[in-house]
Amino acid sequence: MMKNCEYQQIDPRALSVLPQSAQNNTEKTVQRSRRKWEVFPGKNRFFCDGRIILASQSGVLPLTLGLIIVTCGLFFAFDCPFLVKHLTVFIPVIGGALFVFVVFSLLRTSFTDPGILPRATPDEAADIEKQIDTSGSSTYRPPPRTKEILINQQVVKLKYCFTCKMFRPPRTSHCSLCDNCVERFDHHCPWVGNCVGKRNYRFFYSFIISLSFLTSFIFGCVITHITLRSQEGKSLVQSIQESPASVVELVICFFSIWSILGLSGFHTYLIASNLTTNEDIKGSWSSKRCAEESGNPYSYNSIITNCCATLCGPMPPSLIDRRGFLSLDEAIPAVSASEIELPPFTVKSDAHMCTQSTKDVLERMVHSYDVHGLCPPATPKTTPLDLEVSGPAAASSEPSLSAGCLPQDARQPVVPPCPPFSRSNKRRDSLHSINPAFRLASPSPSLSRTTFILGDAPDNGFIPLP
Amino acid sequence: MAETHSLQDMRQQAAVAAKVFLQRDYSNGTVCQFQSKFPSELETRIDKQQFEETMQTLNNLYAEAEKLGSQSYIEGCLACLTAYTVFLCMETHYEKVLKKIAKYIQEQNDKIYAPRGLLLTDPIERGLRVIEVTIFEDRSLTR
Repeated sequence: MMKNCEYQQIDPRALSVLPQSAQNNTEKTVQRSRRKWEVFPGKNRFFCDGRIILASQSGVLPLTLGLIIVTCGLFFAFDCPFLVKHLTVFIPVIGGALFVFVVFSLLRTSFTDPGILPRATPDEAADIEKQIDTSGSSTYRPPPRTKEILINQQVVKLKYCFTCKMFRPPRTSHCSLCDNCVERFDHHCPWVGNCVGKRNYRFFYSFIISLSFLTSFIFGCVITHITLRSQEGKSLVQSIQESPASVVELVICFFSIWSILGLSGFHTYLIASNLTTNEDIKGSWSSKRCAEESGNPYSYNSIITNCCATLCGPMPPSLIDRRGFLSLDEAIPAVSASEIELPPFTVKSDAHMCTQSTKDVLERMVHSYDVHGLCPPATPKTTPLDLEVSGPAAASSEPSLSAGCLPQDARQPVVPPCPPFSRSNKRRDSLHSINPAFRLASPSPSLSRTTFILGDAPDNGFIPLP
Repeated sequence: MAETHSLQDMRQQAAVAAKVFLQRDYSNGTVCQFQSKFPSELETRIDKQQFEETMQTLNNLYAEAEKLGSQSYIEGCLACLTAYTVFLCMETHYEKVLKKIAKYIQEQNDKIYAPRGLLLTDPIERGLRVIEVTIFEDRSLTR
């Protein structure tokens, strides 16, 4: 019994809620319950206890903000007094309103969840694996699995995402920088420091549009300012010398305008045709159907409807529930399901799966000794015995097998968590080299579960042999 | 109600026999719709019509959430005009419908699925990818 505790789990999710708190609810409140953002598998960073989400690298967001604030600051400090005196007080008012709008949109774009799809739970992943035809090849990276579906009478290929363990919905793409699948993935914008996807595309668009207006406005005002000054009998050079800040603003605005206006135009076109940057670059719908008006199955074939749908459509909720607490319920059903998944596998065990799984189990053992420091000693001893037992069932039910051991262990004392696992990217990469068919949404559990299956299976009498 | 176990108790006491996953149906685009094909694993547990009715209602609710109508346009324009700060105070239409869906699923579970040893998981907990139907072992029902 005590042996079980040693190699237990390492599912950071289950850990926080597993222990005696399963029986004693008050203990749950005493123990620090963790929020889901703390165990989020992607490369995002969270602030304010999960309220704010950012990509792993903020890219040039500070530069973007800095440029905007500096330019506007100079504008208000040096150009506005002159223009208010000579023209109208509305100039700083409009400038101020635009500035506020730009900054709000920028921050909203950067700090909003772009439409991240949570990774598949182990049960889901196992279910999908079951349905996919595995030809039993011995390579560790099977060919990309695709599924063809019909959308509005057009054939669309859905790709299988190896990291998130699911078939990506249409228009979803996996961002390698953030290591997440993002719905309606447009692009990863370094200026904004975040992916642009379904949930923040409208903020991004309003950011670039308002920024175009702001830069054009400042550019125009500065030109007016310098022109008015030089009309008062001074030469151009003199006017510039009197207001050097204006030159700085001019330069910044001049270079920004080209790119920002171009980008705004491009995105306006994308919105009108209901395309994403990703699709446009890949040419997904362009030259395929020349006969039809539009090969894009998502287009409403009306510019106005397309615009309204993208910009004013309903605001979808965040699917990752960053601030939710990890619950015991989530751990246990996922875990106990596996108990019964075993019989079908043992019954239909075929030779291919046996040899493959045994080989993989061995491989994983080797890897687990390198990476997983917690449970070394006992595992080798029991390995040979377990391999026989768990061999046929091992294939894709392995994660579930190990998960299956959890409910018993729920009654055991707490096992110290392995925090590095849940967030260490390096370790995740090494894990990825293992057969992807066995990779779970969170790498650490699969590893730990492996080791623990090897150690525990016979003790628990877990695997009901047919 | 003393005889019927609460869902929590059932989940903790009963062993899970299997899980069925109902995937999304993308034939109409990216709108949230689930396949209403009746899974074979549930044949022994529940009436096909009952199940399909639940699925149809759920699909209708999701369609309502994502509907492009005047309400969503007004909400979108208002949000844009207030620099999207209005979402900090107000609940979006989608969120309101999601709450309705959660209530509906809870109600269906209590009335129809739990007595048959089944449990529907709200798709929002699975990232709107699947509807997970947990099938509990029969012996838990005879307690």
